[in-house]
Amino acid sequence: MSTPESTSGGAASGRRQAVLGIEIDGAGADPGAWRGAEVDPRAILTGELAVRAVQRAEAAGIDFVTFADTLEAPTDVPGEVSVRLDALGLAARVAPVTQRIGLLPTITVTHTEPFHVQASVATLDHVSGGRGGWVADVSDSAEAAAVIGRRTPAPAAETWREARYVVDVSRRLWDSWEDDAIIRDAATGRYVDREKLHYVDFESPTFSIKGPSIVPRPPQGHPVTAVLARTPEALEAAADADVVLLPESDELVSQLSHLRRQSVTLGPAARAGLVVLASVVVRPRADGVARVVEQIENLVEAGVDGVHLRPGSLELDVPLIAGEVVPRLRDRGLIGTADRGGSLRGRLGLHKATNRYARSTR
Amino acid sequence: MTKQVHLAAHFPGVNNTTVWSDPAAGSQIDFASFRHLAETAERGTFDFFFLAEGLRLREVKGRIHDLDVVGRPESLTVLSALAAVTTHLGLAATVNSTFNEPYELAKRLATLDQLSGGRAAWNVVTSWDAFTGENFRRGGYLDKSDRYVRAQESLRIVRKLWDSWAADDLIADQVTGRFAREGAGAFADDGDHFRISGRFGLPPSPQGRPVIIQAGDSDQGREFAASGADVIFSWHGTFAAGQTFYKDVKARLAKYGRSEDSLKIMPAVTVVVGDTDADAVEKAAYIREQQVSGPTALVLAELLWGRDLSAYDPDGPLPELEPVVGSSVTQGRVGYNDPGPIVAEWRAQAEAHGWSLRETVINQQNRQTFIGSPATVAEAINRHVQEDAADGFVLVPHLTPTGLDDFVDQVVPLLRERGVFRTEYAGPTLRDQLGLRR
Repeated sequence: MSTPESTSGGAASGRRQAVLGIEIDGAGADPGAWRGAEVDPRAILTGELAVRAVQRAEAAGIDFVTFADTLEAPTDVPGEVSVRLDALGLAARVAPVTQRIGLLPTITVTHTEPFHVQASVATLDHVSGGRGGWVADVSDSAEAAAVIGRRTPAPAAETWREARYVVDVSRRLWDSWEDDAIIRDAATGRYVDREKLHYVDFESPTFSIKGPSIVPRPPQGHPVTAVLARTPEALEAAADADVVLLPESDELVSQLSHLRRQSVTLGPAARAGLVVLASVVVRPRADGVARVVEQIENLVEAGVDGVHLRPGSLELDVPLIAGEVVPRLRDRGLIGTADRGGSLRGRLGLHKATNRYARSTR
Repeated sequence: MTKQVHLAAHFPGVNNTTVWSDPAAGSQIDFASFRHLAETAERGTFDFFFLAEGLRLREVKGRIHDLDVVGRPESLTVLSALAAVTTHLGLAATVNSTFNEPYELAKRLATLDQLSGGRAAWNVVTSWDAFTGENFRRGGYLDKSDRYVRAQESLRIVRKLWDSWAADDLIADQVTGRFAREGAGAFADDGDHFRISGRFGLPPSPQGRPVIIQAGDSDQGREFAASGADVIFSWHGTFAAGQTFYKDVKARLAKYGRSEDSLKIMPAVTVVVGDTDADAVEKAAYIREQQVSGPTALVLAELLWGRDLSAYDPDGPLPELEPVVGSSVTQGRVGYNDPGPIVAEWRAQAEAHGWSLRETVINQQNRQTFIGSPATVAEAINRHVQEDAADGFVLVPHLTPTGLDDFVDQVVPLLRERGVFRTEYAGPTLRDQLGLRR
């Protein structure tokens, strides 16, 4: 892709088109969403509810979907959903039944092996044909530490510091196979060119990894890394991400300018390398479509690159988002056309991921 | 009573058996390849689709081995995607218990089981060396006996988590707002390797819990499988060796209070189907040639000899050097504990037949298990099953992803005609196909 799709054919103002994401979490962001007559609560467990919502979102032209997760099970509170599928498995289940929408499962890195994390995300990118990514998260609760039983819970700053090392080593491992490492050279009998496979020899204060990855370089080179910046520590770590999700708060504008300043210090090339979205609960069914459209427009006016929509109910709100909200945003020139394909990085206007190990000339 | 044959399809990953140079060989990594083989297996009403695991690229003499197929996706993610495009086929993931925590394993496997409607299986393996451990922050090298202790404890805890919900704990009552019975999923365990507690967030799938597969050739492995696996996976392809293994493993079940049909014995085998027996023999010889190039023959000989043999000509005689025990010339694959007698056998065979080094490797190491016309192969498979050399087989094709097309189109119908293989699936879950209780 030579030009990022989201900058082509922009609104009349010349403004870059807004990115739209959507969240899958149980039956929706509202804890009681599963109790509606329209919901079969057991369809949360089979993945059917998620598949239906993602397909609706894709048909409307929404750019990507995130899948919520935590390491520990949801707390067993009356009135709330107390089960949750592993987000990575659910995202992979959705991949073959969708074609264009990006898929970003939440993966917590505090207790899981970084080597497995990068291999799983690379695999999601392979099975989805270049639509893979992840929301990197940490587990700093005592409950999460107890289900694993290996380490005592660490403070947020420490777990996020470690998460940044995991993000870093993941990208290194994705680069550890050059794109053209598989040569299948029958003449010499060599399947791979080992000069194009690289040890990463990564050292951090808490782990080290030799490499290379076991998975050939994913289609996007670097699947998209997102961070949900719900704490100050997460906001700091978000500087390393491709996509930052900023929860709706009074600090949104100041957080946004903080991120922009950080990105400026990384140089002009970095600007297109950080997509900042406001992450908000939307309930068009309860609040009315017009109000939700206005809510989104206001956020975009405030300077974010787009909005991560958290539907109150997947069954009630997603059809309205897909059928009413998104077309209105499109009519106003705020977002691109529905049928755009290509890689997730392309959709988000992110730079092509260069491989740090590939030599420019051979 | 006529026994029913069980069949599984292996997607070949890292090995020298995949003939990647064949014009019909496709991608080892594109999802379309996995999908083709899985759909073929499901068309053939196979029990399950099986994926192996790799956690470090193999090395020969300190450099990455470059002759064989290498590079593969992560199993559970691929299988979760395959759950979307298959309806009855079991989905078996090899996942290491050394570098994964029981809670994570239980959660990921239970998710696959839920998403597939009860079709998940876990092939429990352990890591064997510090070489692999260099890619991981913990687990690392464990003494062989400790590995089994840890694996056994992992499996016990994973099962405990899967069993932490009673069948009626999922209430999902929209009126009262109670999603689960209070206390559902609560667990605590205090073992030698793990001390954990909390709440498990997934109720049992339609098959109760995922199927457990275990590879077991060693005494410890056989015992481990007999104590708790649903399927044992082995490499005893010949009839006599199969019968001996079968008898030994089934005899171990009683002491765990298990019936003989509660553990299915499914060796990994290769199959070459031809129009006639003679055609198949010729095809098999050609495939063996493709599988073992000169450089590959040298590497396989180095694994046995435990030393650098690069000065030798693969088309010349066998090295006169004596093998080295416990060498690390090759890394990331299982070596030979006692190479002496094998080297002696190779020499005897080479001398008797006038074989070169490469010819010896081809003939000693890469013999296909079932070779013949569709009728010959169907008969051989059925004989192994009826006469207790196996309960079925895991088929390892030499081509990706079309390597089982012929088998499914030509051999499966003959097994069905004989009334020893299903014409349709027994039910929605993998336990249904394997005839295992929930």
